[in-house]
Amino acid sequence: MMKMTKQTRRDLITYGIVIVFYIVMQLLDLAGILSFHVKGLLVPLCYYAIAAVALNLVVGILGDLSLGHAGFMCIGAFSSSLFSVTLKDSGFPAGLRFFLALLIGTFFAALFGFLIGIPVLRLNGDYLAIVTLAFGEIIKNILAAVYFGYDEEGLHIAFKSFPLQGEGKMLINGAMGIQGTPTDSTFTIAVVILLLALFIVQNIVRSRTGRAIMSIRDNRIAAEAVGIQITKYKMTAFTISAAIAGTAGVLFSHNTTTLTATSTYFGYNVSILILVYVVLGGIGNIRGSVIATAILYILPEMLRGLSNYRMLIYAIVLIIIMLINWAPAAITFREKYGISAYLARRKENRTPVSDMGSGKGGS
Amino acid sequence: MAALLSVNHLSISFGGLRAVDDFNVEIEKGALYGLIGPNGAGKTTVFNLLTGVYKPDEGRIFLGDRNITGLSTVEINQAGIARTFQNIRLFKDMSVLDNVKVGLHNRYPYSTLAGILKLPVYFKTEKEMDEKALELLKVFELDGESETLSKNLPYGKQRKLEIARALATDPKLLLLDEPAAGMNPNETGELMDTIRFVRDHFDMTILLIEHDMKLVAGICEALTVLNFGSVLCQGQTSEVLKNPEVIKAYLGD
Amino acid sequence: MLNFLTYLVNGISLGSIYAIIALGYTMVYGIAKMLNFAHGDVIMIGSYLIYTFMVTGGVNPLLSVLLAMVCCTVLGIVTEKVAYKPLRGASSSLAVLITAIGVSYLLQNLALLIFTANPKSFSPVITWEGISLFDGELRIQGVTIVTIITSLIVLVCLQLFINRTRQGQAMIAVSEDKGAAALMGINVNNTISLTFAIGSGLAAVAGALLCSAYPNLTPYTGAMPGIKAFVAAVLGGIGSIPGAMIGGLTLGVIESLSKRYISTQLADAIVFSILIIVLLVRPTGLLGKKIQEKV
Repeated sequence: MMKMTKQTRRDLITYGIVIVFYIVMQLLDLAGILSFHVKGLLVPLCYYAIAAVALNLVVGILGDLSLGHAGFMCIGAFSSSLFSVTLKDSGFPAGLRFFLALLIGTFFAALFGFLIGIPVLRLNGDYLAIVTLAFGEIIKNILAAVYFGYDEEGLHIAFKSFPLQGEGKMLINGAMGIQGTPTDSTFTIAVVILLLALFIVQNIVRSRTGRAIMSIRDNRIAAEAVGIQITKYKMTAFTISAAIAGTAGVLFSHNTTTLTATSTYFGYNVSILILVYVVLGGIGNIRGSVIATAILYILPEMLRGLSNYRMLIYAIVLIIIMLINWAPAAITFREKYGISAYLARRKENRTPVSDMGSGKGGS
Repeated sequence: MAALLSVNHLSISFGGLRAVDDFNVEIEKGALYGLIGPNGAGKTTVFNLLTGVYKPDEGRIFLGDRNITGLSTVEINQAGIARTFQNIRLFKDMSVLDNVKVGLHNRYPYSTLAGILKLPVYFKTEKEMDEKALELLKVFELDGESETLSKNLPYGKQRKLEIARALATDPKLLLLDEPAAGMNPNETGELMDTIRFVRDHFDMTILLIEHDMKLVAGICEALTVLNFGSVLCQGQTSEVLKNPEVIKAYLGD
Repeated sequence: MLNFLTYLVNGISLGSIYAIIALGYTMVYGIAKMLNFAHGDVIMIGSYLIYTFMVTGGVNPLLSVLLAMVCCTVLGIVTEKVAYKPLRGASSSLAVLITAIGVSYLLQNLALLIFTANPKSFSPVITWEGISLFDGELRIQGVTIVTIITSLIVLVCLQLFINRTRQGQAMIAVSEDKGAAALMGINVNNTISLTFAIGSGLAAVAGALLCSAYPNLTPYTGAMPGIKAFVAAVLGGIGSIPGAMIGGLTLGVIESLSKRYISTQLADAIVFSILIIVLLVRPTGLLGKKIQEKV
């Protein structure tokens, strides 16, 4: 067998962190320490972490800013719920039904990711950001306005309510959304899917495809010059990312009986929330996305005692973290006086480094 | 024998300005050819035309027998032209090794799915890529720094890495855009040896843009001088550099 | 037909509000190259300030708006200095974007704490009844007329300011090239502060008009108009002042007519679709400049 590289070890540690977290939560639950409220947070924590991992593939690895990932979650949620609600009372085995629902939600999100990617990925930077935001809002708005049902005359779809003829069922009831999705999502399944999402994204990053995607991020023109097909790899990254976000959406919709396409769940602010997780976890750092999601999702919940002040504190903490982590002045300060700089100096004193000739030039 | 690269009547205009006007050149296989001229003469534009970054208004480009005019950058790279850039364009947040492995991308294929599932073909191909990449890095004495992020390399080594990455695509023709820019005389001397070595070791044909006359005179066998977008003079290096018009173009009136 | 005219005029009025916000957005984007997600929340803060001055303080409406403008201007300058300026030159442009989101959360939750989530019903700043045309068949509200006129005045003033004054010229210079502008002796920091000041002051004006037309004020009032105005700015070509105006008006009219003739729920979807279509045809917006990376 191959000897384990540093990267493989890093990836394994990521899976390890998730598994340890899972075991600890299960033990706490067995010990009866977890409150009902905290238990209720575990599945959402997982689907936001999955969405963050997905978004990091686009933002961190591909280097394009997407503000529409809540839209892909929305597609995954609605398509899978539609399927599960239809089959719910048919005696179809629940386990298989949920498995198929996961596949369906993932597939439709991937399909939309692909279709939306074709026009969107031609744009650059902030234009791409605003167009993905627009697509996310369009998806949400349409799903909040659509009526979809069947009766004796067949399937009907419209943007206003309609009467059903005889036996039938309204599947998507406009702003009321989909009622009665079976709550199949469990913490265990959510963790398995999180591990799967990590597996897919981390393995892509370590592969030929991942290198091609990162080369586009670092320098599109040079990537083209060494024969990387830009569109192909942008589409690959975007579609896979949308698919994984869709899976997160399936977990979401099967964690609640009432699914509505409202701003609280699928608006651009949700995309932004996930982006905050990605950036604070480290752009391009997959493991960081998971850890940041856990901390930032749990943190406001922990501060519940502070009631109205908690989101205020959250906002201030967010701003301060950004300033400390990213402000050039703060970085220079850390490089001069920080702990790692101190350690590096000590090391340097022991082993003098000869090569100081670094520095960028250009013409 | 047909030349490796033949360019006929190549022209391009940018909004009225004729940046390259009726450019012709024939480069034999294995040649070390220089493209020189004052700033703004259109040298880099010629490179951009050869590599498909710009589409020419007129003229044709042949690589061997193949007409590559109007092909995309990616297709031209696959046809066998690789280049470096005047302002270094590395994949700066990727390791030195990965930079070269991106260059190897099209020569060592396996599917995205094989990569995700880490199928045996993934391990086998990655191993081959690592070996090939390290072999290339060794030529440029970069194999000791294969895990370093390319942005953390010193300037001279960044230039070398860019050449290594270009060679990784297995080109027939290598275009170097001011390889010695920003280098001190020592580094330039070393670079001259490297370029000669690349030509001999890889049996490469090299076309380079350079301002450093010592380098040009030292390694180029033939030259084309561009001035205001058109060819001022063409021929053996020693003769071209004696040409009074060339001297005038460089020193000004 | 008259029905159509009513909705058209309403659309122009709504579009004028978007345009005023978009002007602030486009100027800030042009100069700081940042998606300022907190811009919409400055509108909300401005509206609450006007509400406080008028309802609680009993100050005269016009004076309230002026006071709110001053406060928002200060708010704009302070946020820029504290939250955005330190991140200038950060290695990723996402840093300042996330910070702006932080500022947005901060302003929203501050308002939530002080004013609670209960909607405040805004007493109109403009009390004029408006005019009736065609024997009362077509009524145009005073708010609508004042909104349209205000936005025209703002547009003309801004154009004059940017093209005729030294500070305005400095803004153009800084938005083109910070480094070169600094070498020409322009105080880049002051110019950026000034831009934020103007953008935030305009946000207060927009807040007054927005809440006069839609008198229902919550801590989230500013968010969607902020996004729409940003869409308007992108639609018109970001960085372009006439572009922001055209983008805002287009958006307002489309939104108003869609609500009337297609569907209330789908109006936003239609607005966003227009943005997508325009960007696909003209990737830098209607009046935007084409930028190509040099190789």
